[in-house]
Amino acid sequence: MSNLNALTIADAREKLRAGEITSVELTEACLKAADAAKALNAVVHPTPEIALEQAKAADARLSSGNAPDMCGIPLGIKDLFCTKGVASQAASGILKGFKPEYESTVTTQLFDAGAVMIGKLNMDEFAMGSSNETSVYGNVINPWRRGNDETALTPGGSSGGSASAVAADLCLAATGTDTGGSIRQPAAFVGITGLKPTYGRVSRWGVVAFASSLDQAGPMAKSVRDCAIMLKAMSGHDPKDSTSAELAVPDFEAMLTGNIKGQTIGIPKEYRMDGMPEEIEDLWAEGRAMLEDAGAKIVDISLPHTKYALPAYYVVAPAEASSNLARYDGVRYGHRAKLSHGDGVTEMYEKTRAEGFGAEVKRRVMIGTYVLSAGFYDAYYNRARRVRALIKKDFEDVFAAGVDAILTPATPSSAFALGQEFDDPVQMYLNDVFTVTVNLAGLPGIAVPAGLDMQGLPLGLQLIGKPWEEGALMNVAQALEDRAGFVSKPSKWW
Amino acid sequence: MLDLTYEPPKPKVISGATGDWELVIGLEVHAQVSSRSKLFSGASTKFGSEPNSNVAFVDAAMPGMLPVINEFCVEQAVRTGLGLKAEINLVSAFDRKNYFYPDLPQGYQISQLYHPIVGEGEILVDMGPGIARLVRVERIHLEQDAGKSIHDMDPHMSFVDLNRTGVALMEIVSRPDIRGPEEAAAYVVKLRQILRYLGTCDGNMQNGSMRADVNVSVCRPGDYEKYQETQDFSHLGTRCEIKNMNSMRFIQQAIDVEARRQIALLEDGKEVVQETRLYDPDKGETRSMRSKEEAHDYRYFPCPDLLPLEIEQAWVDDIKASLPELPDAKRVRFVTDYGMTEYDASVLTADVENAAFFEDVATGRDGKLAANWVINELFGRLKKEDREIADSPVSAAQLGGIVELISKGDISGKIAKDLFEIVWTEGGDPATLVEERGMKQVTDTGAIETEVERIIAENPAQVEKAKVNPKLAGWFVGQVMKATGGKANPQAVNEIVAAKLGL
Repeated sequence: MSNLNALTIADAREKLRAGEITSVELTEACLKAADAAKALNAVVHPTPEIALEQAKAADARLSSGNAPDMCGIPLGIKDLFCTKGVASQAASGILKGFKPEYESTVTTQLFDAGAVMIGKLNMDEFAMGSSNETSVYGNVINPWRRGNDETALTPGGSSGGSASAVAADLCLAATGTDTGGSIRQPAAFVGITGLKPTYGRVSRWGVVAFASSLDQAGPMAKSVRDCAIMLKAMSGHDPKDSTSAELAVPDFEAMLTGNIKGQTIGIPKEYRMDGMPEEIEDLWAEGRAMLEDAGAKIVDISLPHTKYALPAYYVVAPAEASSNLARYDGVRYGHRAKLSHGDGVTEMYEKTRAEGFGAEVKRRVMIGTYVLSAGFYDAYYNRARRVRALIKKDFEDVFAAGVDAILTPATPSSAFALGQEFDDPVQMYLNDVFTVTVNLAGLPGIAVPAGLDMQGLPLGLQLIGKPWEEGALMNVAQALEDRAGFVSKPSKWW
Repeated sequence: MLDLTYEPPKPKVISGATGDWELVIGLEVHAQVSSRSKLFSGASTKFGSEPNSNVAFVDAAMPGMLPVINEFCVEQAVRTGLGLKAEINLVSAFDRKNYFYPDLPQGYQISQLYHPIVGEGEILVDMGPGIARLVRVERIHLEQDAGKSIHDMDPHMSFVDLNRTGVALMEIVSRPDIRGPEEAAAYVVKLRQILRYLGTCDGNMQNGSMRADVNVSVCRPGDYEKYQETQDFSHLGTRCEIKNMNSMRFIQQAIDVEARRQIALLEDGKEVVQETRLYDPDKGETRSMRSKEEAHDYRYFPCPDLLPLEIEQAWVDDIKASLPELPDAKRVRFVTDYGMTEYDASVLTADVENAAFFEDVATGRDGKLAANWVINELFGRLKKEDREIADSPVSAAQLGGIVELISKGDISGKIAKDLFEIVWTEGGDPATLVEERGMKQVTDTGAIETEVERIIAENPAQVEKAKVNPKLAGWFVGQVMKATGGKANPQAVNEIVAAKLGL
């Protein structure tokens, strides 16, 4: 059978269980595809030996019956996840050569469910970026191109490697993390589905921290159903993460009926931005029509504090990051600068961090340090926290008024050229304008591919759900997916 | 509980060139929580382990590692709060205090700046019988200890030991209610005593289980009273903080030296600058560590890895119900139940183990006599040999046996001391020893009379002298005691000698 690597998780699961294919075959197809896709720079630490060993074990489980849903499914793992004995560098020079002695809860659960890791995936350094251009491993290239134009496009970020790898069929799905849109924006840029779960649904233990109160891991896959299957394996209460919720994990997949008759979908007026491309407007209107067609009631809603979300996010996230990244000091692990005679501990810190961190990380550490400083704390950090509470309340109010889910564009544009926005951080930060509210409010959000722009690039829509109701949210996404009928794939040029 | 009445001590006054000055002192005591594992990790807290052997991944701040609160440490903090009659905050929260240091792997200390677990409490600081100062406790919060940097093992390198990293500390912050160096030391003594009673801190200052930061300022007589009336700090002088004091003696010295330094500045027309200082006991001076301008900006903010700490009132009530009897209550009870002096009661209750030992000795016996023997004989002897009560060669049961023999009149006080010596060095049951070695007191008046008559008959010259000077009767008593090997009941001998001499 050809193109096994192009299968969805759901299809592969059936074929594996039916004995039509083996996990080893499936894994080999992915490894081969990954090997041939070096031009994308998505896989930065391939782990073929581990993959084949896991695949063999998965085949044994499959043949004995009762194998879990994820058994034998080849995945890519974002470099932000600590994987035991395998380089885990958060795409940063400061963690050069770092191989953890422990396995993150998410990867532990996935591996326990029989999933196979084909390698570690590229990303923005410490998940800070929206274009995957801040990685110490270099840029990730989007498998999509503007027609015959060979301009290299960004896959988005920070989970750019995950997005590229899934879109190019180097693996069936990948783990991502989302602090301000890092799953949803790249998913939209490459035409795949990406879910950011409710904050606390997935354990953060063993995931290198960027902004702890916002970070949440989630699945990036080829369909809503695949996200549902993978989320179930990733979720659950973890006593090692104090912010992980003590809630049972529902069978998300069983909730995907695609029937949303009578549900109320809100369209927030504040997400209609000045200068938003017409194509995005149109896509949004199409999405609205599709959901209406599926029997949902569409209502216009207001989330009045939306305009303060991005500034609040760019205070809270850097503040937490400045503290979270203080541990990278060259004392215990990772990079330590070569010191000159007479250098003391201060020079060790300064040189190590100057050499180890990239420009974007330094920028955010400095912003974060500044907003937490005496005299500025109230004006920035505390004000941002208050804004955050108001944004959360905006959502609570519309949900209380009967709205079941909210439909917005996922991104303000399609994938842009690498280098295009790199020198303008503010322009770059605007990529997160539709996604950060979800992180600030701790809600689940999903990006679903819904169409192509005039240049032939994918565009996505975002659905935002009620806390802990990922199942209901994915069901709305399923209805959207069913009607959008997005089947396009990038033409292979790599 | 019956309260012992007390008066506050007089504040310490230092006479300067321009008049009298008073001291105002507040303490921040860092007490290591007695617990088997650390505040946010399962690593052991054992003191003196191999360097870097008690370190969990989270203690070393490995990427992606997260803190999880140790419930027992919370319980200990609550217990401490209850022991200090403090308000317990059912909701508290952890903050990060950010600064760089190699023995602080995370680059921040998790502490409780904005919402501490324990609020206002109080400590009655004893300054002598009937004199005590009620010092208000402002708050107690939980925080992580740092590791240890070692700079003297290599000429070019420093070493770091993370065993202490993340061990739970309680920071116990007093109000500026302390008015002299002796009071400050007594405050630490009393706090340590209460913590040891509660079992929430071992109070070992040598191992660093208890350390104090001392805030000192000076003011003119009358100013402090204005502060007390209004709680307005502007009535007080500018304070300096002396960091990391770990002995009662140095605390007193440092306060005195610092107060005099501030007075000299003020009398010179200069200002006291608010700053952190270190005490150098060799030079007997405090030195500036960092000024307010150089002070770290700790960039405190709520720790996003931890949810607010919520506890139940019912749980607090359970802890309250399990509190042991505390020093003040025990002291009052010793005075009332055993009829001892307040001073003796203070000595016996100073340490919870000593108090328990005493009660084992005294239960069912003469309490006053037991107190005497525990304080004078046992404590005296232990001190002489530099031993702790825990390894006393004489057990409470043995000492109780000795006290019982005295009470029954079986042995005299003098013989009892010999018996104590035997039990101390050889061991054994006191009653059996008395029987075996024939140490029992002679109370048979007939035998004593015979002896007295013999001595009177043999010493007519002494008899004549004694008749003129009755004090010389003691000579006859001594002779009888000598002749009976000290076993004659001294009271009986006295009476018989007096009667026979016709005194």
